[in-house]
Amino acid sequence: MIHLAGVLFDGLAYGMLLFVLSVGLSVTMGLMGFVNLAHSAFAMLGGYLSVTLMQQAGVPFLATLPLAFVLIGAASVAFERVLYRRLYRSGELDQVLLTIGLVLMTVASCAYFWGTQQQSVTLPPYLFGHFSPFGIDLGYYRLFLIAVGAAIALALVFGLERTRFGARVRAAVDNQRMARGLGIDVNRIFALTFAIGSGLAGLGGALAINTVGLDPNFATKYLVYVLLVVSVGGLGSIGGSFAAAVLLGISDVAGKYYVPEAGAFIIYALMVLLLLWRPAGLFGRRV
Amino acid sequence: MTKIATRLLGGIALAMFAVWAAPVARAADTIKIGFIAEFSGSFALPAREMDDGIKLYMKQHGATVAGKKIEIIRRDIGGPAPDVAKRLAQELVVRDNVDFLAGFVVTPNALAVADVATQAKKPTVIMNAATSIITTKSPYFVRVSFTVPQITAPLAVWASKNGVKQVYTMVSDYGPGIDAEVWFKKVFEANGGSVVGSVRMPLTSPEFSAYAQKVKDLNPQAIFVFVPANDQPAQIMKTFAERGLTTSTIKILATGDVTDDAALEQEGDAALGLITSHHYSYVHDSPLNKAFVSAFAKEYPDLRPNFVAVGGYDGMAAIYAVINKLHGNIDPDKAMEAFKGLKIDSPRGAIMIDPDTRDVIQTIYIRKVERQGGKLVNAEFDKIENVKDPGK
Amino acid sequence: MVLAAPAPSDPRRAIAAAARWRWYETLFWLALLLPYPLLPTYLDLASQIAIAALFALSLDLILGYAGVISLGHAAFFGIGAYFAAILVQRWGWTEPFSGLLVSGVAAAAVGYLASFLIVRVSRLALLMVTLGLGVLLEEAANHLSGLTGGNDGLHEIAVMPLLGRFTFDLYGRTAFLYALAVLFLMFLAARRIVHSPFGLSLRGLRENAARMPALGAPSRARIRVIYTISAFYAGIAGALLTQTTGSVALEALGFQRSAEVLIMLVLGGTGRLYGGIVGSIVFLVARDQLADMNPQYWFFWIGLLLILVVLFIPGGIVGGASALQARLGRRA
Repeated sequence: MIHLAGVLFDGLAYGMLLFVLSVGLSVTMGLMGFVNLAHSAFAMLGGYLSVTLMQQAGVPFLATLPLAFVLIGAASVAFERVLYRRLYRSGELDQVLLTIGLVLMTVASCAYFWGTQQQSVTLPPYLFGHFSPFGIDLGYYRLFLIAVGAAIALALVFGLERTRFGARVRAAVDNQRMARGLGIDVNRIFALTFAIGSGLAGLGGALAINTVGLDPNFATKYLVYVLLVVSVGGLGSIGGSFAAAVLLGISDVAGKYYVPEAGAFIIYALMVLLLLWRPAGLFGRRV
Repeated sequence: MTKIATRLLGGIALAMFAVWAAPVARAADTIKIGFIAEFSGSFALPAREMDDGIKLYMKQHGATVAGKKIEIIRRDIGGPAPDVAKRLAQELVVRDNVDFLAGFVVTPNALAVADVATQAKKPTVIMNAATSIITTKSPYFVRVSFTVPQITAPLAVWASKNGVKQVYTMVSDYGPGIDAEVWFKKVFEANGGSVVGSVRMPLTSPEFSAYAQKVKDLNPQAIFVFVPANDQPAQIMKTFAERGLTTSTIKILATGDVTDDAALEQEGDAALGLITSHHYSYVHDSPLNKAFVSAFAKEYPDLRPNFVAVGGYDGMAAIYAVINKLHGNIDPDKAMEAFKGLKIDSPRGAIMIDPDTRDVIQTIYIRKVERQGGKLVNAEFDKIENVKDPGK
Repeated sequence: MVLAAPAPSDPRRAIAAAARWRWYETLFWLALLLPYPLLPTYLDLASQIAIAALFALSLDLILGYAGVISLGHAAFFGIGAYFAAILVQRWGWTEPFSGLLVSGVAAAAVGYLASFLIVRVSRLALLMVTLGLGVLLEEAANHLSGLTGGNDGLHEIAVMPLLGRFTFDLYGRTAFLYALAVLFLMFLAARRIVHSPFGLSLRGLRENAARMPALGAPSRARIRVIYTISAFYAGIAGALLTQTTGSVALEALGFQRSAEVLIMLVLGGTGRLYGGIVGSIVFLVARDQLADMNPQYWFFWIGLLLILVVLFIPGGIVGGASALQARLGRRA
């Protein structure tokens, strides 16, 4: 029983990390219909930004997180303006090709500037280690991940349901033409939503360093997991991404614990079964 | 068409023809080495380390040997891709007329080239790929690095002699990992120990919390870990530390890949006290190693020299020695004879190429991770000399 | 007023017109033979390109003609590759042509089974299901290391000399001609398929899957057929790789191979049969030359190439060429 609780905790933390990494892609794919495979590259850049800020400018780890969010979000707007905008009307394959090209260029650039070795972060001491109530190991960093993930989920849902901006986003998703007709600046909404989504990816990348490491292969390694969460959760659904991420995180950890030989592949088998059952994802409706 | 345009096109056509038709110019005073490695993809870091070792050796010893200029032609395999490796080897032989082939971080790439080496009679120096069978696949293969059984077996012996009775093994689920598991178990049990359980962890997912939890639940006397030296060591050690495994009574044994010198700092204090077996530590106490390390630090300040770099370094040392012996006239069979029994003074200690198997015979050190001068290092405290590859 | 009925057009004539062999196609295939006399040291690369082209062709059959996007097509390539290796190693069956066919059939059999799952999903779900199945297969192959050699792969696969005389030599001459011949034959067959009424119905499916059953063309069954055929083609490509290089490893089934073939196909242009071939040539030659110049960062330039092609030559290289041709035709 204790084992199960420990596994659930670890899985939940891993799931939270996947959520922060993926939610941005789910929203932008659902909202803009744009297949942005460079999403995980934004995450990687966020990680490298965090490392650079810490190592070159002595910024403490926690402070690098909002900086990663803001700066990567801003950078993504530049990409959107210069490149992505031209392909909104193109087919998915063209978008795939463009964003894969971006990923390759980003990976090469990161390898060039930071080298191919592993990067690491120095955590503040209160985030390191664990405590064990009732014999369950609760790592502090994992608690932190869960807290951050939950906070972001709440903020996003609140933002969408309760704010004017959120209302405009939902309107633009439901019926773009009508929204424009009502005077809603849909292009600006796209840009802002994209910035927030990519900024979250950057934040996720910075958070991920301590859990799964950072090197130039991060973008390609995690692209698959991000797509997993997005497809299982359903495009455009925050709740879907949350549920999918947590489900996949827990299955991954539980799988490796109970069935170590096949453990890491449970996540793929689960995904295939879920998608065959519900092809649009668990909550496959738009935001 | 205008006259100028015609002339221009004619000139271009001629130039292109000249480039195509020019025979592969084989300068009689150059010796070419085809260096094939996985420069891009997930093994880019060890490929770079190997390359750094090669470049450093050439910088220190000059690019001319026995009156011949040494030219290195680098080719990228892009990861484990035997078809690409074989094609690159063929091209280096057929197009560039190389005298030697060298490199190979991972086993499948080395195995694919065996055919080419044998057919074309090209001495091939394996600088890292660590599966035992590699050198048996071609009479033109010689290895200067190490094999997994070679470094695992001594650890198992040491452990059984030093009070370790039960071990739980954790290895990565791929060739070298399985090799390590099999050999550790074989030797450990032959020496009276017992392996209480084992797990094979997938290479692709660097999330180790479940495996760490299992260890905590089982609470064995000791664990034996093998993960490849890329991104895994830091992650697994951090996960262990996070759960308090590194400060518990469980002894952690591993091969030196887990405490790879280039990645050790990333593991932080989590790695302190780890006991490993390997053939190279960058604090190995010898004048040659000290010179090697300081020269390396000057050229490549962002990276610590590690066993992969030493593989590249010693590979060049071996090639230079053979060229010198043959006075610059590379006859493939004479070269292989020169390799057999070759003794090299390496930054790791003295090594010799086994004349029967063309594999390396060397000293395996048992080390402990300590802090020296504020840095994390693998401090050697025991050794077993003249270890041959037990896999053959 | 009664409008005059439109003049009846003969659908058979239309199909036959589209299927006519053009002069530039002959030129293209003759040009593909040029490396043999002109670039004798590049024949290994050329045979790898031919194999990749066949693989890309297989993907075009489902992607370009039936609209099925797959990120796991390397599964069939790998099954063909491993089957060809196991035939030689385990069962001592070293005759190459039959080995090729049997491996293709093995891949097709798996493709047939998989097709039942494939037809149930579309778009992103399809992408992810194909990716997931591919990953699962790769891991299964890793585990069954007794059969597949696991991570080390299978090596020293030596088939009999072709037609009893031609061995695979260091220069890759035999490999090149063999691969090119197989590519050409399979291409001709594919051409027949896509220009047949069946092929036309596939294109209808791609455009509007919902309507096709109303026209009497049940969609799922047809997709299953083309998927199986495509798996056959991919399996043959994989078997060719094993036979010509003598080795096979896990990467033959891997995600990277699936992703690369998709890139090559989209680069060349989907739905045009030649797109896969042209895309493979451009991608692999660019990669070879770039990797030569810069072993560590060559993929930066490949990424740039992809972006430029997408921005300036939509529809891929072949698509762009035919658009250019149309424009020139209109001007004249």
